[in-house]
Amino acid sequence: MADQQKSDLDLVADGPLESVGEQALNETSSGDPSLHPSVESLLERFPDEVQRYQIAAGDQWVVWVGPDRIHEVLTWLKDDEAQAYDMMSDVTGVDYGGGRPVEVVYQMFSTIHGRALRIRCPIPLESMETDSVYDLWKSADWLEREVYDLFGITFNGHPDLRRILMPDDYAEGHPLRKDFPLRGRFSRAEQTRLALTQDVERFYSTEDLKAGEPQEVDTDELSAVPENASDDLSGSDLDDGEGL
Amino acid sequence: MASKTVEFQVGQGSEMGVGGGGALSPLAPFDIDEPELGTEQMLINIGPQHPATHGVLRLVCELDGETVTSVTPHIGYLHSSFEKLGEYRTWNQIVPLTDRMDYLAPLIYNCAYVMSVEKLMGIDVTERCKVVRVILMELDRIFGHLLWLGTTAIDVGAFTPFLYSFQQREKIYSLHEALTGARITTSATRVGGMMADLPEGWLGQLGEFLDNFPKTLAEVHHLLTGNQIHIGRTQGIGAISADDAINYGFTGPNLRAAGVPYDVRKDRPYYDYETYDFEVPVGQHGDCYDRYLCRMEEMEQSVSLIRQAMSRLPGGPINVEDPGITLPSKTDAMSDMESMIHHFKLITDGIPAPAGDCYMPIEASKGELGMYVVAEEGDTKPVRWRVRPPSFVNLSVIPKLAEGHLVSDLIMINASLDIVLGEIDR
Repeated sequence: MADQQKSDLDLVADGPLESVGEQALNETSSGDPSLHPSVESLLERFPDEVQRYQIAAGDQWVVWVGPDRIHEVLTWLKDDEAQAYDMMSDVTGVDYGGGRPVEVVYQMFSTIHGRALRIRCPIPLESMETDSVYDLWKSADWLEREVYDLFGITFNGHPDLRRILMPDDYAEGHPLRKDFPLRGRFSRAEQTRLALTQDVERFYSTEDLKAGEPQEVDTDELSAVPENASDDLSGSDLDDGEGL
Repeated sequence: MASKTVEFQVGQGSEMGVGGGGALSPLAPFDIDEPELGTEQMLINIGPQHPATHGVLRLVCELDGETVTSVTPHIGYLHSSFEKLGEYRTWNQIVPLTDRMDYLAPLIYNCAYVMSVEKLMGIDVTERCKVVRVILMELDRIFGHLLWLGTTAIDVGAFTPFLYSFQQREKIYSLHEALTGARITTSATRVGGMMADLPEGWLGQLGEFLDNFPKTLAEVHHLLTGNQIHIGRTQGIGAISADDAINYGFTGPNLRAAGVPYDVRKDRPYYDYETYDFEVPVGQHGDCYDRYLCRMEEMEQSVSLIRQAMSRLPGGPINVEDPGITLPSKTDAMSDMESMIHHFKLITDGIPAPAGDCYMPIEASKGELGMYVVAEEGDTKPVRWRVRPPSFVNLSVIPKLAEGHLVSDLIMINASLDIVLGEIDR
């Protein structure tokens, strides 16, 4: 079928996969949990929360924990003396596309016991929020902001959740989601128009310099524009701007 | 575990006299009430285009007089969506993206990425390849530290170390060029091996560099380590405790300066690092001066590591001998039918990966560099390729470090963290 075989150019324009759909999850556990003390204790203490566990890439332990009590599980992993995961190396997200939940991935390491553990927390597409671990590990500050920026997952309890890599007023969505096209959601003409009409002074006004609080940006107004925007640059208001 | 504590050999003089020695304060103390001056907070914007920010970093500072009360870093000016681009590329096509992140130590990034992919696919690279990669990674650790040394010295007003360190960096650029054909964008590694084996005479050129480099390092030591201006600008500035350093996610020399002997090469060894004889420098105070001492010591350890690796470099092939992973030689591909088919399949389809994920942390010049790759069964492109850049997390600590210090100290703190915006923004 021609529909199923997308060319590379189409993929660039449409994004690699649809975010909606029904695909089965691989929900089997593997490996012997008694080999990793933390996995064994997790199974004893939170039997309902641990969805499954696996060994990845030969020797890396991965545990899937549901989003409902993820903060409680992580608090225990940090504070329990036998676990003591004092270092949160990385917080990131994975979007598989096809309607499967977006997963938040925590890479933890205990400098005391010299053990590493990876926790993956699947966030259903309907809710897209989870609890922040900023209160446990300060390193989660920017890492969670990045996940929020690029995947659109809201971290409840984060003190300063705003975009970090993309601009504050970025209106095209969350770039690392699978349905996000590589070129962006807006047309080239629209992206150029937005860039040229940007109020540069805004970034140096006293209000903006006082950053730290999330910027109030009317995204509805921005995202409403591309409906009428044309790919033809001459049709836009580019050429009657004063600077051109 | 072998760790080496670096200590203050010198203290801070009250005032500086002729030749950098201590002198009596020229100011006689006077006894009047401090006048009441009305003050208000001032906002000042540093960057994004400013040499002292070491890249396109923007710092918005709130000042009380000259004292920094809060700093808000703004990043993203160099965002190139490498991770998104990676989802559209086969495993080997991603390699050129990696050296554009930390362009100050590109070979470490090249190696870290393929190491993660090889671990995901369960590929064991040859012994020769392992040792060559250790040599390249240690060489680029020196490469990265030298840039930090030169630019940081300039920030405190010392111009000479900048010239000395860039002269040595030029030698490493030549080594890069001889090995890969490029000075910065090396792209030297491939899944299952290297782009090419070491060229003839390369090890001799490297040996020459190793002979001369410690002399330059000793000279810089002489210029900076006991220098009262340098000490006054760095000791006690931007200090952080060991517990805080771990909690805030510090890694690399920044963490070790705070007294935590965490080094990925020792704690989560890869490529037989546990069999090499080297020490991990650990500081005591966690301030800018200890970070300086740790990096200076690390360069010396890296020289020793390269020498050890050179002496144990085995012969044999550098790439794994699996036609499904390694490209056949050009001669074979042009003359032998089967090799041509393998060549064609590898270029057009790529290498299929098993389902799963792999997080591979290594010790980069700036700290723990984690490459996280996720694939589904048979994927020739990653579902997700995530880079855990050490500078990103290190920079996020700057509001805590700079609070209460002067604006000029903020510049020093920022320099001492050794950031590279290419990997922060990706």
